[in-house]
Amino acid sequence: MSNTFYTEETIEHFRHPHNFGEIKSPDGYGEAGNIICGDIMSLYLKIRESKNKEIISDVKFRTYGCAAAIATSSVVTDLVKGKTIEEALKISKNNIVKTLKGLPPIKIHCSILAIDALSEALFQYLKKHKRKIPPELKKKHEHVEKEKKSIDERYRHWQLRK
Amino acid sequence: MKKIYLDYAATTPVDPRVVKAMLPYFSQKFGNTMSLHQFGREQAEVVEKSRKIIADFIGAKNPEEIIFTSSATESNNLALKGLAFANRFKKKNHLIVSRIEHDCVLESSHWLKSQGFEIDYLSVDRDGFVDLSELKKLIKKNTLLVSVIHGNNEIGTMQDIEAIGKICQEKNVYFHTDASQSYGKIEIDVNKMNIDLLTASSHKVYGPKGVGILYVKKGVLIEPILHGGGHENKLRSSTVNVPGIVGFAKATEILKKEGKKENKKLSKMRDYLINKLRKSIKKTRLNGHPIKRLSNNINMSFFGAEGESLVLELDSQGVMVSTGSACSSKTLVPSHVLLAIGLKPQEAHGSLRISLGRFTKKTDINYAIKQIINTVKKIRKISIFSYE
Repeated sequence: MSNTFYTEETIEHFRHPHNFGEIKSPDGYGEAGNIICGDIMSLYLKIRESKNKEIISDVKFRTYGCAAAIATSSVVTDLVKGKTIEEALKISKNNIVKTLKGLPPIKIHCSILAIDALSEALFQYLKKHKRKIPPELKKKHEHVEKEKKSIDERYRHWQLRK
Repeated sequence: MKKIYLDYAATTPVDPRVVKAMLPYFSQKFGNTMSLHQFGREQAEVVEKSRKIIADFIGAKNPEEIIFTSSATESNNLALKGLAFANRFKKKNHLIVSRIEHDCVLESSHWLKSQGFEIDYLSVDRDGFVDLSELKKLIKKNTLLVSVIHGNNEIGTMQDIEAIGKICQEKNVYFHTDASQSYGKIEIDVNKMNIDLLTASSHKVYGPKGVGILYVKKGVLIEPILHGGGHENKLRSSTVNVPGIVGFAKATEILKKEGKKENKKLSKMRDYLINKLRKSIKKTRLNGHPIKRLSNNINMSFFGAEGESLVLELDSQGVMVSTGSACSSKTLVPSHVLLAIGLKPQEAHGSLRISLGRFTKKTDINYAIKQIINTVKKIRKISIFSYE
């Protein structure tokens, strides 16, 4: 019966989340949700060019969900801030889980949700600028789209803050 | 840091008077009720005395109609499975249970289904009341049992048990009710209400954990689940938990003496809390019937805020409550009770259950109100859904 509750790190991120809010006219925006658990997360990116590199200069999130969903959202914003797009693309759910020093097995999907929202925001940015989209990112996007369709049906009556 | 417990529907602290009554039965009076010697007889006597106290409390005519068990879960299992197996060769293999039963009733019914029994699930309306006309329609020739929870553990709605009992009486089917939450909250008379089997639990009424009862009306035959030394009239073998039973009886005596006054006080505090929260927080919904509800139960949905987040943030502020959100469960599915009363998943995700009790003070309620208002505000601020 080990690992059924949150670590101190998770509770800390949940109670004092970093970078929540929104960015007006973001360079990238992503949304992801997990239909099973009822978590929905959105991620805003501000991207600046510096020395021929594209750097994520600011990032914000809004999440509806459990403590794990809020904590993983907070962590993913910390992980991408100041990173290049290439570096951000390499961030995985394991990086999030490691930062939180573990998540209960049943909550691992929350870390996937955070990565999905990030991938969506990066996908939108690359697409907007007519850039080549890595095949893996494209695959992820298609998967998220499929999931979102079912969420839209479920949350039809809700007013999204976009 | 304050510690305010508002989860009495989950369990209650043992009343100090109950502890005092139980203490002699651990080391001084420890005999086995089955022993022939004086130590054994002394135990058997006190168990029979306790049985009578509990039988009287629910209006049972014969104390032998009370079977002591280890929990409400065991009692509910015994009621459904015991009755089903006692009647399996009599062409009575159809059971009706409501959609808002406790998991132990629902899971028992699922298991019985896997064993070849036929189960129908009875719907409830927006307030959580079972549909009586649907019940009449569902009862068939081969219907054996109807099982409906008395006071719902999540939304607090109190069923019109007498009306359900009357239908079952007229249609000649057995009626079981899980009264784990309502025992002591409202007067129960098993004969007046036409109840054939009734479940109650000690730890919900300031008694110890590990003791429950199943009332089985004289003439109603059930098969035991636990076979062995033939305790409890051969219906529930196991060495008898004497200190626990003494505790349950003492807790019942206290309810008999003080219950009326206590429930009046609780329902007043309950309504105060509901009104304050509704006034101070926009976009809320009271789940369950506003008046016909358990005296200590509050269940509200706060749109745009997820329940597990609310519970954990409130816990950090020293306020202990519970939720029907999927995220708090092991299955990631929102509460079946909240879905059964027609809540959308997102409404069910944002629910809090606040349950008051004997040791709740007005100052506790005021502190909790303040913290709930702040917490909902905080969680909504992070949320993607706007409800400002």
